[in-house]
Amino acid sequence: MVAEDLERLHRQSPEEARQSTLKDVAIAIRGLEVGFGGSPIIQDLDLDIYRGEVIGIVGGSGTGKSVLMRTVIGLNKAQAGSVWAFGEDFLTLSYFEQRRIEKRWGVLFQQGALFSALTVAQNVQVPMREHIRGMPQELMDEIASMKLSMVGLPPDAAPKLPSELSGGMKKRAGIARAIALDPEILFLDEPTAGLDPIGAAAFDDLIAHLRKTLGLTVVMITHDLDSLVTVCDRIAVLADKRVKLVGTIDDMLESDHPWIREYFHGPRSRAAGVGKR
Amino acid sequence: MGQSAAIGNQPRISQDRTDGSATLQAGGAWVATNSPPLFESLKALSFHKDEPILVDLNRIDRLDTAGAWLLYRTVRDLRAAGHDVEYRGGTEEQMSLIEQATAHDALCLIEPPEPNVAIRMLEDIGASVMRVGGQATASLAFVGLLMETLWRYTSKPQRFRLTATVKQMELIGLNAMPIVGLISFLIGIVIAHQGAYQLRLFGAEIFTVNLVVTAVLREFGILLSAIIIAGRSGSAFTAEIGSMKMNEEIDAMDTLAISPMDTLVVPRFIALVVMMPLLTFYADVVGLLGGGLISWLSLGIEPMQFLERTHDVILGWDLGVGLIKAPIFGALIALIGCYEGLATEGSAESVGHHTTKSVVESIFMIIVLDAFFSIFFTTIGV
Ligand SMILES: Nc1ncnc2c1ncn2[C@@H]1O[C@H](COP(=O)(O)OP(=O)(O)OP(=O)(O)O)[C@@H](O)[C@H]1O
Ligand SMILES: [Mg+2]
Repeated sequence: MVAEDLERLHRQSPEEARQSTLKDVAIAIRGLEVGFGGSPIIQDLDLDIYRGEVIGIVGGSGTGKSVLMRTVIGLNKAQAGSVWAFGEDFLTLSYFEQRRIEKRWGVLFQQGALFSALTVAQNVQVPMREHIRGMPQELMDEIASMKLSMVGLPPDAAPKLPSELSGGMKKRAGIARAIALDPEILFLDEPTAGLDPIGAAAFDDLIAHLRKTLGLTVVMITHDLDSLVTVCDRIAVLADKRVKLVGTIDDMLESDHPWIREYFHGPRSRAAGVGKR
Repeated sequence: MGQSAAIGNQPRISQDRTDGSATLQAGGAWVATNSPPLFESLKALSFHKDEPILVDLNRIDRLDTAGAWLLYRTVRDLRAAGHDVEYRGGTEEQMSLIEQATAHDALCLIEPPEPNVAIRMLEDIGASVMRVGGQATASLAFVGLLMETLWRYTSKPQRFRLTATVKQMELIGLNAMPIVGLISFLIGIVIAHQGAYQLRLFGAEIFTVNLVVTAVLREFGILLSAIIIAGRSGSAFTAEIGSMKMNEEIDAMDTLAISPMDTLVVPRFIALVVMMPLLTFYADVVGLLGGGLISWLSLGIEPMQFLERTHDVILGWDLGVGLIKAPIFGALIALIGCYEGLATEGSAESVGHHTTKSVVESIFMIIVLDAFFSIFFTTIGV
């Protein structure tokens, strides 16, 4: 049932894919191939990301989840295929047209990627300063404070430099910067890795809340089974260089692909209460 | 009476007043990109004292957190001023956004607070003094540690990283040959040319050879090589080691019981101490070539004649004086480069700062030492 779904995407014409991104699809990835010289890391990958959904991307270490995300947002070069977003093929756009679309999404990198010379609060202000002409400093200070509080950072972290923060705090600061301008799509690369379980749960709540209030579409690479169960509407499994399966957690549990079975029926998944259903 | 401010054609805020109470009518797109004009027009609103106010959200098409924040802060300030304020007509999502703003109203410091100027000046002076003192001890400790590491190799030679050292020799020495050669050649030409011009006034053109030989061998060969290497390799040492420090790679080495001294500092130090004299000798030769060429072209001193004359002049200490300085300058560049690299902390800015410092300090020390040597060698008469 679900595998057929991917088959359908694969057969769509470019025009159909483009049209779909003007309606209920936020991003349509078709026939994507990425490699770094040797054999490709990702090949013939098809995936639809629906508007307003939280989609979790899982896969073993080194299967190319980060590479997929970096390619979709235009940081890695694709050898073939297209990424449709807002009715345009993002990968074929010129540099400046890409910047225009990039304002509509926010990204949290696996390592946080905060600007090391700026304080945490200044990091959050960077997108406002760069993209909104004439924003009063007072308002920027207030909004930066609000975003930092929204991601659960204590006020005394705001004037610190990133090098003075713990790993989990850097993650939160990175998210605050990613949501500074209320993007439509949020890309998160392992957001809850390095957070304590309570912090991770609070973070899941935050994502669910932002999604609900802002109508945000969230693409979340994660290894955290709790996040997958609690906030993700759908899960896409990356295996054998492509999206092997996409669907709900129940679809995952029914699958007989060995890696998916192992992942969703292993001891950790039972601890997370997944296998019980 | 109504006062209205339409901003662009997108977000709107207008004010209506009916007997005793005021309505604030918000409409359009209340989103981050529209926040500057909204901020201004919200500031311009004025109300009668203590009148109740209704904030009507009915006509808002789009609201994001920035818009919600603007609404919330307006209402908060109005309430603080004694007005009775109510929201009306907001959808559930909009009200939830405003709740978010309410819940996260905690203005924090954006930068660490700056103390007042006088105190800061005093503090800066104190900090500089402490820093100079600290640096002096730290750099002495660094030299000591390096010496100890080198001493240990006498009993455990297998700890010495030959491959890394040879690799550094290639990077420092071999790859620098084109640029060192070119610059020495040009300087040889310049000295010969200027010298010939002046000496011709006395009819003593032939002494151009003496001038070139002395200047190139004693000073220019070594000085130019050292300055180029400080800019080229000293900076690279600091930047490389600094980035590794920033990335916690140095800490990782420590925890793996691998000494950064063994893996990073000693190979660079040895490579530079060995390569510096070789580069200097090469620079000397190429500088003399440049001088010889000009002597031949503009003074008509035949190459053989130049060589013979050089041979006569060179019997003294000229070459030795230059070459003695080479390993010392090399050691200095390596020490400063590695020390500054290890002194880097945390940020990309710090890497840049220490790299600059490394190059400036190296060149400064080279020139100071060179002056010192110059006086020393003249005094002892070589
Ligand atoms: N810039 C690059 N050059 C060459 N190979 C790369 C590059 N970036 C990634 N790779 C390779 O691509 C593969 C996928 O890497 P990627 O970082 O996407 O893994 P991942 O699925 O995100 O793993 P993890 O869960 O550990 O983060 C790896 O084999 C990696 O070695
Ligand atoms: Mg990754």
